[in-house]
Formats: sequence, structure tokens, C-alpha cells
Amino acid sequence: MAVNLHAVLELPGLINKENIIEAQLMWILAWNYLLKYPDKILEWTLQHLYIILVANASAAVLGILIGIFISREGREQLADTVIYLASIMLTIPSLALYGILMGILSALTLPSIGFLPVVIALTLYGLLPIVRNTYTAIREVDPAIIEAGRGMGMSEQQILVKVKLPLAVPVIMAGLRQAIVMNIGIAAIGSYIGAGGLGQPIFRGIANYRVDLIIVGAVFVSLLAIIMDLIMGRVELITTPKGLRIRGRSND
Amino acid sequence: MIKLKYVIKIYPDGTEAVKDFSLEIKKGELCIFLGPSGCGKTTSMKMINRLIPMTSGKIYIDGVDVMKLNPNELRRGIGYAIQNIGLFPHLTVEENITTVPMLKKWPKTRQRARAEELLKLVGMDPQTFLERYPSELSGGQQQRVGVARCLGADPPILLMDEPFGAIDPITRGKLQDEFLKIQSKIKKTIAFVTHDINEAIKMGDKIALMQEGKLVQFNDPATLLNSPKNEFVRNFVGADRVLKGLRLYRARDIMQEPPLKVKVGDNPVKVRDRMKRDMLKWSMLVDGQNHFLGWITYADLEKAKSLREIMVPPAVTTAPETLLNEAMSMMFNSAIGNLAVIDDQEHLLGVLTFDIIRNILGKENSGNQKRFGGSKQ
Ligand SMILES: Nc1ncnc2c1ncn2[C@@H]1O[C@H](COP(=O)(O)OP(=O)(O)OP(=O)(O)O)[C@@H](O)[C@H]1O
Ligand SMILES: [Mg+2]
Repeated sequence: MAVNLHAVLELPGLINKENIIEAQLMWILAWNYLLKYPDKILEWTLQHLYIILVANASAAVLGILIGIFISREGREQLADTVIYLASIMLTIPSLALYGILMGILSALTLPSIGFLPVVIALTLYGLLPIVRNTYTAIREVDPAIIEAGRGMGMSEQQILVKVKLPLAVPVIMAGLRQAIVMNIGIAAIGSYIGAGGLGQPIFRGIANYRVDLIIVGAVFVSLLAIIMDLIMGRVELITTPKGLRIRGRSND
Repeated sequence: MIKLKYVIKIYPDGTEAVKDFSLEIKKGELCIFLGPSGCGKTTSMKMINRLIPMTSGKIYIDGVDVMKLNPNELRRGIGYAIQNIGLFPHLTVEENITTVPMLKKWPKTRQRARAEELLKLVGMDPQTFLERYPSELSGGQQQRVGVARCLGADPPILLMDEPFGAIDPITRGKLQDEFLKIQSKIKKTIAFVTHDINEAIKMGDKIALMQEGKLVQFNDPATLLNSPKNEFVRNFVGADRVLKGLRLYRARDIMQEPPLKVKVGDNPVKVRDRMKRDMLKWSMLVDGQNHFLGWITYADLEKAKSLREIMVPPAVTTAPETLLNEAMSMMFNSAIGNLAVIDDQEHLLGVLTFDIIRNILGKENSGNQKRFGGSKQ
């Protein structure tokens, strides 16, 4: 795979004056679009957000439950299998997964295009980071702490709820954050099968050679990802138990 | 009362961790499980609250077979301090201490009161520490909270696995002293694991010395020091076992009345005559309220106009609770070679001399098995 960089850069016309002017023009057109149809952009953004929230909420509920289930002592084999399957899931290209889901859903006489297959696909994608993080976080709680709980007469369920989960929260939240940011990108492709969202201007732009539309879609998907990342960072911090946030205040 | 009868533990991998272990811990007694690393101390202890299931044998608490009890109920009735403290890092000191009261669903106000009481008991100010998190405590403070937590619901029995491990010797000694003081008040039945012979001698009413899963010798500390049963015990106790015997005593156990106590206003000439008659090299000066002021030596008395002017102020004094080994180190720092024992208000209680200590050591050496007057607090 030897690509001659020089040859690429010196391709005639790639960095000539007209191209630069044309690129500037596209950004100006995109800006004009934004000013002219803010309501449309808002609608796509909200659609996008809705898909993401529904999908990641289900991924969180499912993922945390699965993570807790496989973290029980003696289920290491099962855990390995589950995490392996979940990581296989991530290697399936999204369009292929949409296709598979459409097949399954239509066989079940459920809506096979639009919102449903996309939400299911995103839920499946979101599982891996959440399951993996829940599992690792629970397994990595200091055994001495768990033994202290058990030795004082906590039931296994009390140990889970009062000790393991609170200590695992920061890592679980980090997994959720990863899932959300990743899914924002994948959701854009969902517009291809009619789920709406910020993929819509991108695909429409590609079809009609409207670079300004592509720019609008791409910029807003990126913005959404950045903003959600920031918000989830805050959430991660807030949900971390206070005793874990404070580190080494000076002793008196 | 805790009773272990023919207890055996074989781990699934075939390790015989505890072999035919029988022992009885009487009510209110502090029993040390002592032995080298890997000899089965922790395993033996954890079988009492069923954290580790025994392979065979019986364990009774107050005559009840522990296997007949619900394990969680059993554990809520036994205070437990683990080898690595294991405080819950996400809970405050208060929430840590009230873990068992919370499990037992005590009312909130009672839990709070208990947490305050226990913090005070282990020498920490509730105002300052109740709301803190474990990461905001020093190692020693964490150990204290660990002890407070195992006393949470006032269980009659405590299991403590090296509760004062992993801290500096000074803090450790202090925690040991404080804990003995607490134990003299609360009189719990305690199984206490350590691999430190000195801690065992200082803390234990009884010592169960283990070797490779077997109980080798089960005696009070003095007997263990003076009549080791076999070569292993002798080696474990150490060649300095005579000196270690010093830890069995506290200053107040063996201090004596001063040979001569003189008051500030006494006439130096008279004092000199008295000391000459009794052939005393030194006497001890006190004020009207028996506060200790210093030493008077015979040689200095010759030209003295008042006792105060020739008095040698004490370089060190000691409290009645001081262990004899520490007291002896202090005596090397004292100008006179003697050590005044005084209480909190500096009242003179007695005096320690090298002669007294030599006497004690001599007794230990000649195989005297009874430790006289020795007491743990
Ligand atoms: N879960 C286990 N499976 C197999 N063997 C074990 C297990 N736990 C402990 N053992 C073994 O049992 C023996 C006794 O262990 P135990 O923890 O009771 O020792 P200990 O006297 O408390 O030692 P230390 O002073 O180092 O804490 C050791 O040989 C140890 O390797
Ligand atoms: Mg141990």
C-alpha cells in the first residue's frame, strides 16, 4: 500500500485557486442554510437526540443487568462468551446490521424501516462498552471490602446494592458515555433507512451534490457528539460517590 | 464463649490449612491466634463466623452450633475486623461504623448516637470525623474506625485479624494500649490474629500458637515464655524471651514505695542524717500535695541550704500503665538510673529501679510460672 503522498498533493487542480474559492462558497452556502432553515436543523437534531436517548437508555438498562448477571462468582466462562459476542456485534458494519434487522423485523411483521431497526441496532452496539465496564467494575471492587460486608452479615444482594454497585458507578458511567458518543455517529447512517435525524441532510446532500447540506449535517452531528460527551462527563462526576471523589485531603 | 472441637479445613485444592484444631475461648477473654505466615490463623478465625466453611468438626458459640444458625444473623452478632481494614470508601465514617446497626434496622437517631459514642471510645472527635470519608483519614485513624465499626452493634464476640497491622510501631503501640483500655471496660470475648509475638504477649490473656495448621501450645503469655513446649515454640518466642517477659508487666505492677520521700520544707541536715542512717544514696522530693519535684542525692546534701536548690529535676517520668520494657529504656535516660511513676496530676505513686527489674528477670529465668500482679490494662 505505498501511496505517494507527493503525487496526491500535487494532483492537478486539488489545491488550485478555484477549488479554494469553491470550498469557501460551500461553507457560506451552509451558513445561509442554517440561517434560512433553523427549524429544519432543529427538527433533525431532536430526532437524532431522541433516537440516541431511547437506544442508549435501553442499552444501559440491558447492559447493566447483563453486566451484573455475568459478574456473579462462578460465571467467568459465561462472562467471557457474552463479552466476546458483544464485541463481535461491534465489528458488523451498521448498514449490514440494519439489513439483517430489517429482514428479521419484516418476518415478525414489525415495521422494518425507520425508527425501530435503528434503535435496536444502536442498542446492540451500545451494549459492549456498558456490559464490559459494568462487569469489570464489579469484579474489580477490592475483595477486602466485599469480605468486610459479608463478614458483618450483609446478604449477597445487600453487598451488590450497597457496596459493589456504588463503587462501580463511575466506570459504568464511563461505559455509557462511550456508548452514547459512538452511537451518535452510527445513528447518522440510520437516516439511510428512514429513521430521520442529522444523517438526513448528509444523505440528501450526497444524492443531490449539495455540499452545503453535507456540511450542515456533519457539523451538527459532531457538535452533538461533543456536547453529549461534555454532559456525560459531568454526569459521570456527579454520580461518582463523594467518598471516591475526594482523594487525599490533608490529615489533621 | 467460643469452642472449637476437632476442626479441620481442607481447601478444594487439597491444602490442609487447619488440622484437628480444638480450643476454648472463655467469656471476656482475649485469645491470640499466633503463628508464622500461612499457619492457618485467618482460616481458623473465619470458620467461627462461617466466612470459610469448615471441612469437619464443630464450632459452638455459647453452646450453640454455628452451623445451625443463619450465617448472616450469626455474622451480625459477631464484630469483625479484617486483615486489611476494608472500610467502605464510598461511605462516611458514620455510615461505616453503623453498618451492622443499619442492617439490624436500628432507628436513625440511635445509630447516630452509637456512632458518636464509638468514635469517642476510640479517641476520635465525632464533630470532626463523623462526616469524613475513609480517604480523608490517616492510616491510624482508619484502623481506629475499623475497630469502632466492629463494635458497631455491641456484639459480645469480636474477631480481629491483625487489626493493627500495616501502621508504624508508635501508632501501633498506642492503638494497642487504647484497645486494652477499652477491652478492660467492655470485656468482649475476642479472637485476635497476629503474627507478632510482642503484640501477642502484650495483648493476650491466652495465646494459641499454631504451626502448619496445628495448635502447638495454648497457654497464658507468661507460661508460653517460661515453659515453651518444644523447639518450635522456643524458636518462635525467640532467644530474648527473658527480655520479652518485661512486656508482661506494667510499671504499676512492680513499682515500689520510694525508700525516702522528703518534702520541700524539710531541713537538709536532718535529711542527710536520715539518709546516712539508712545508707541511702538518693531520696525523692515532693511538695505538700505529693507532686513529684525531683531527686535528692546524698553527695549534694553536704553544703545545701535548702532541698530545692540541690534537687535534680527528673529527665523522664512514667505513667503507671507503661510496659516494663519501655520503662526500662526510659531508665537508661534518667540521670539517677531510677524512674519515678506519677499519675496524670503528677502525684508520686512509686519508683522503679534496676534492682526491681533484675529481680523480675531473675524470677522469670528461674522458671517461675506465675506472673505476679500482671494485668493487661
Ligand atoms: N482459598 C484458599 N485456597 C487454597 N488454599 C488457601 C486458601 N486460603 C488460604 N489457603 C492456604 O491455607 C493456609 C493457611 O492460610 P491462612 O490465610 O489461614 O494463613 P494465616 O496464618 O492467616 O497467614 P498470614 O499471617 O500470612 O495471614 C496457607 O497455606 C494458605 O496458602
Ligand atoms: Mg491471615
